[in-house]
Amino acid sequence: MAQLIQGNTGEWEIVIGMEVHAQVTVQSKLFSGASTEFGASPNSQVSLVDAAMPGMLPVLNEKCVEQAVRTGLGLNAKINTYSVFERKNYFYPDLPQGYQISQFLHPIVGTGEIEIDLPDGSVKTIGITRLHLEQDAGKSLHDQHPSKSFVDLNRSGCALMEIVSEPDIRGAEEAAAYLSKLRMILQYLGTCNGNMEEGSMRADVNVSVRKPGDELGTRCEIKNVNSVKAVQMAIDYESRRQVEIIEDGGSIKQETRLWDPNKGETRSMRSKEEAHDYRYFPDPDLLPLEFEQSWVDEIKQTLPELPDEKKHRFMQSYGLGTYDASVLIAARARADYFESVANDRDAKMAANWVINELLGVLNKNGKELEDSPISAEQLGGLIDLIADDTISGKIAKDVFADMFETGKDPAAIVEEKGLKQVTDTGAIEAIVDEVIAENPDNVEQYRSGKDKLFGFFVGQVMKKSQGKANPAVVNDLLKKKLS
Amino acid sequence: MTELTHMTVAQALKGLENKDFSAVELTQAHIDAMANYRHLNAFIVETPDLAMDQAKASDERRAKGEAGALDGIPLAIKDLFCTKGVQTTASSKILEGFVPRYDSTVTARLFRDGAVMLGKTALDEFAMGSSNTTSYFGNVINPWKRSDGSNADLVPGGSSGGSSAALAARICMGATGTDTGGSIRQPASFCGITGIKPTYGRCSRWGVVAFASSLDQPGIFGRSVEDTAIMLKSMSGFDPKDSTSADRDVPDWAGQLGGDLKGMKIGIPKEYRMDGMPEEIEKLWQQGIAWAKESGAEIVDVSLPHTKYALPTYYIIAPAEASSNLARYDGVRYGLRVEGQDLTDTYESTRAEGFGDEVKRRIMIGTYVLSAGYYDAYYIKAQKVRRLILQDFEKAYEQCDALLTPTAPSAAFAIGENEDDPIKMYLNDVFTVPASLAGLPGMSVPAGLSADGLPLGLQIIGKAWDELTVLKVGQAIERAANFSALPEMVTKKAA
Repeated sequence: MAQLIQGNTGEWEIVIGMEVHAQVTVQSKLFSGASTEFGASPNSQVSLVDAAMPGMLPVLNEKCVEQAVRTGLGLNAKINTYSVFERKNYFYPDLPQGYQISQFLHPIVGTGEIEIDLPDGSVKTIGITRLHLEQDAGKSLHDQHPSKSFVDLNRSGCALMEIVSEPDIRGAEEAAAYLSKLRMILQYLGTCNGNMEEGSMRADVNVSVRKPGDELGTRCEIKNVNSVKAVQMAIDYESRRQVEIIEDGGSIKQETRLWDPNKGETRSMRSKEEAHDYRYFPDPDLLPLEFEQSWVDEIKQTLPELPDEKKHRFMQSYGLGTYDASVLIAARARADYFESVANDRDAKMAANWVINELLGVLNKNGKELEDSPISAEQLGGLIDLIADDTISGKIAKDVFADMFETGKDPAAIVEEKGLKQVTDTGAIEAIVDEVIAENPDNVEQYRSGKDKLFGFFVGQVMKKSQGKANPAVVNDLLKKKLS
Repeated sequence: MTELTHMTVAQALKGLENKDFSAVELTQAHIDAMANYRHLNAFIVETPDLAMDQAKASDERRAKGEAGALDGIPLAIKDLFCTKGVQTTASSKILEGFVPRYDSTVTARLFRDGAVMLGKTALDEFAMGSSNTTSYFGNVINPWKRSDGSNADLVPGGSSGGSSAALAARICMGATGTDTGGSIRQPASFCGITGIKPTYGRCSRWGVVAFASSLDQPGIFGRSVEDTAIMLKSMSGFDPKDSTSADRDVPDWAGQLGGDLKGMKIGIPKEYRMDGMPEEIEKLWQQGIAWAKESGAEIVDVSLPHTKYALPTYYIIAPAEASSNLARYDGVRYGLRVEGQDLTDTYESTRAEGFGDEVKRRIMIGTYVLSAGYYDAYYIKAQKVRRLILQDFEKAYEQCDALLTPTAPSAAFAIGENEDDPIKMYLNDVFTVPASLAGLPGMSVPAGLSADGLPLGLQIIGKAWDELTVLKVGQAIERAANFSALPEMVTKKAA
């Protein structure tokens, strides 16, 4: 469902390829033993290697390699058992070595693909060009001193996976879906926490426009796009900018542009002519990276069920619709929670309670599922109470609110507050009789054809029973007595 | 006490064990020699106090029966090895005043075995040179003089020229070096001492200021083949901190020396017979071949057809790696910083002032050969030729166990000679560079004197990981040559 731009000369297609930098979830850096924990005080997690002291040498962290392979498998990609680390040379104060160790001609992961889910319920496949491992740079701080810049090397040398997509994405909506899906997959795999606010996941977006069916247009690379929302806004802005230039008779210059979130615009950073010559060459401090296919196979054995597989299984084994299934698989913890609730219970009812009630109230309170005061076991218990007619669905909502407040078990709340449903026909019949006796006018009107008044009688009975009367029994008795 | 400075390491270890003298006495004698020969400018930093502390500790260990393999032996350390608490400069202004908080793996291992450090020796800046004239801290003077009475100061060779001069002048009993294209073997030849570069990966490069990572290899200068074998053992071995270091056992080389060369085949590569090579070098080579034969070796003519491409290949690969390795000297974190108008100006001013001409030349060559559009024609091609050079050696070793060649095409030259022509200077390494490109072990043994009375060395190149054969052949040459000449300034003092 390509998003088209209406220009003065007709419709334009937006063509997008993304480069996502994902920080590898791992204890220590790609080539040193320093910690990677986020939020430590500046320059407190810097080894001699990270600071590029004279004579220091990189040693590859095997765990990072494993995570990259795991990610490649999750992206249905070809794993290259031979890959090479190369040096990308440039000068900047937050790059202590004067080069970044990256992969260039021989990345660890080759072509793959992922499915993205679009809002209209359709599914599209986006090609993955490659994934490679590289070092992150440190951080330059320009706002700490009126005339000086400070450098924090904590991030210097942290492992990044650069995941490059094919230019298969058409428009902001698809880009957002791609980024969300990619993040979901990484989180399922446990290879990146996907936290864009902390910079654990960053995106560069390549945007070009063309008339549908034409050759690819000249692209601009947009940097510093650090949320799904920003990606959408940047694409909208940039594609319109390009269309305007072309329609005004101009042409697009290949360049790198920066997204300014405050002004909501992209602006030129450097032109193609100013682009660096990085002088890539194989890092002579590191041997080519080689491993056995059997090791890849072992890692494959430990792969969790991935979002798409899980979605299809939820639809098939639980009979859920696409929407419910998509919502439930959006986070691995959420899917696990649902499955605990649905275990041996009515799955649709479980999905309904998780999505509409629990996620709703959590969202309203600004809480994550991980902070939920109601455990999956407790929510399951509540559904059991409905299923065996101990309480009605309506009472259940009150019990649920109480559970959310207090964290107590549903059975205890029902017991404590005497909310147990009345199914004793005799007791309900007495109330029904009472209501009929008290409302002769309405009885007469109902009998003369005003069917809608039936609800009034049900409401009165429920009110008198404080909501505890079994609705089915109430219905039966009322129908019998009013006819 | 002068005789204390004229022993081999093997003799000194015996003397210490027999209590003929103490480590303190041995060290003091060498500290005195260091002061006597200060005009040679072999040291950038002298560490006599540290040396005496280490010597005292050594005597205490020996008294308790806990002496290590090199306990109490005073060594000079090339100023390319980082030494904890002692300035390490690579002979460059850009690192002047830099004091590491860590010891290189090699020096840490030497200290672990009880070695005493007298100081840090000068080198060509960042080990780039064959004459020691590119050091920011001034030329090192070779203790040898020509016998023609000219009294010209000669170069000690390079890049490890401070180490070779110090050992030749009897200032130390052994000295570390590093060899990228001949930086141990050529100065050993120029100074009349023995020097070995082991197989690439034998000694850890961790903590050694990098010049060209795929070629750099620590090694050692000694007064005898046996001494180099003893010291090399202490320095060698797998280091998990260096991904290119080899996880291999380190043999007891010294314990296996002493035999003849019976059953061994020595290859003579015809391509090393170069046009315009001085007669005396050719003669010395023939003499070496005769000695090997006398010791029982069979002489085999072999061919290393790609030899002529070795120097050009080396002068693409080494500068390429250096241009990247030296990027870290940017004035941001340590060493020299020349404040500029802005960041770029600071970078440019720092590096313009911090690096000497030869270093700048190689950074420019290296940057050029890695640039877009030139990379394939230069760097990739050089890598292919490098593989062919390695294959040449592998083929040759199907016919023989080791190769015997001259170490350098000339004896030591005067300071200032060759300075105007970098290419002529680069030719110094013509015989040593091929083995460096192939990562093979090589050693230079003093074998005779030139017509001018200057020492000349012969080179032995071995198979990868077969330092033992190299040392055995070296020792056979050593025994036959019986090289006992000393620089005049040393014999005068001794008399």
